[in-house]
Amino acid sequence: MSDELIQRVLAVIANTQRIPIEKLSVDSSFEELGIDSMDGVNILFALENEFDITIPDEAAKQIRNVRQMIEGVEKLLAGPAANAAPVTS
Amino acid sequence: MHRVAITGIGAISAMGRTAEEFGRTLREGRSGIGPIQSADCSGLRFHNGAEVANYDHRPYFDDKHADFIDRFAQFAVIAAREAVAGAGIEWTPELREASAIITGSCVGGQSTEDAGFLNVYKLGINRVHPLTIPKTMANAGASHISMEFGITGPSYTVSTACSSASHAIGQAYWMVRSGAVPMAITGGSEAPFSFGILKAWEALRVVSPDTCRPFSKDRNGMVLGEGGAMLVLEPLEAARARGARIHAEIVGFGMSSDACHITQPSADGAAHAMRATLCDAHLAPEQIGYINAHGTGTRANDTTETSAIRTVFGAHAERLAVSSTKSMHGHALGAAGALEALAAILGLRDGFFPPTANYNEPDPECDLDVVPNCARAAQVEYALSNSFAFGGLNAVLAFRSF
Repeated sequence: MSDELIQRVLAVIANTQRIPIEKLSVDSSFEELGIDSMDGVNILFALENEFDITIPDEAAKQIRNVRQMIEGVEKLLAGPAANAAPVTS
Repeated sequence: MHRVAITGIGAISAMGRTAEEFGRTLREGRSGIGPIQSADCSGLRFHNGAEVANYDHRPYFDDKHADFIDRFAQFAVIAAREAVAGAGIEWTPELREASAIITGSCVGGQSTEDAGFLNVYKLGINRVHPLTIPKTMANAGASHISMEFGITGPSYTVSTACSSASHAIGQAYWMVRSGAVPMAITGGSEAPFSFGILKAWEALRVVSPDTCRPFSKDRNGMVLGEGGAMLVLEPLEAARARGARIHAEIVGFGMSSDACHITQPSADGAAHAMRATLCDAHLAPEQIGYINAHGTGTRANDTTETSAIRTVFGAHAERLAVSSTKSMHGHALGAAGALEALAAILGLRDGFFPPTANYNEPDPECDLDVVPNCARAAQVEYALSNSFAFGGLNAVLAFRSF
């Protein structure tokens, strides 16, 4: 995970949740951040716009924390071959 | 206070073009879900819906009439015509002047709006058809029913997302019960298959890529549906006096608001609405034999609804049959409550529990008798129909076999 990617994902989450980016870390869970299912869907939408990617529903369902979100974006950015694989390992 | 009889039923949906066809399909447990034909789904992550197969306005409306009436309102009129004809209403000027029409719709004439806005947003045509507003408005169904029959009494439309039709039917029931009106035509209609609406549902990530499997462990979301269903309600004594066929009685209506979250369901809110309905109907939980569940087939709804039913019914939950007919007619949003009320009514009238279709695997978190896949012969006296909307606005109806 590159620092740039991490910062962009954190910025998207912070903007969508309207919280200071300092409150976020790669290890934050959605629960700690008070991110519920609707917030999660909003963040996925914002990430799709930010990175011009399409996040599949099945992959989206597995995501529970910031790290999984960054890893998921990274895989999708890696290309169409990676898109077919689940976002989380 | 009057007892209230249901003397007319009408429906058009993915389960057939009439209420009786709906009943047959229901009994066979046949799902109307299939590939969406009326909208281009090539840019979508899901492709299945519960459409009125091969719908064309021509058997129902001439071209000139159809120009003025969106598909969703056409469904309202078609269902109302069947309900009124079946009820054998003998119209008098007084009855026309006093009868009510209360309909539900969530999104109104979205295909009309979509087509109009495509012009200005995308096609560079700086004009929108002048009928866009009158065709799109959610009350168009009620308005066209009133014109169809010359009814000039109180008429309006309720829009509470997925509870719209149940709120509408409940209001109509209370108006007939109290004596405010001598008759009501009530139900809901919806035609949500426009590309914009489908994209918006896709964004919510709650739509199944294949089919709707309520309460099944492998369920993966809802499937949108379209259609309309209407009931004719009148005081029981009036229905008896004129020798009308009585399909069932409507005996209770309750509402609640979750005051919790704009999309996540709340077991407390759902339980509150079911209790309010039992209270309104003067029924004990043990008297209910069947519940037509809201049962959307999403992870969240089905576990929450199970928990709410267990809270309200306690040990009696083990003896209740609970099924979701959305597995067959899809989630028809503002029409859902009307189609599901009809399923409950037909089950009471004809002595069967409608099944939950597409069911594969028990889920310990949805451990009720969900009547999997096959309808079951059973005669019970009372049934509930649950509607729990986005926005946390809940409506529950109670019916009695007659």
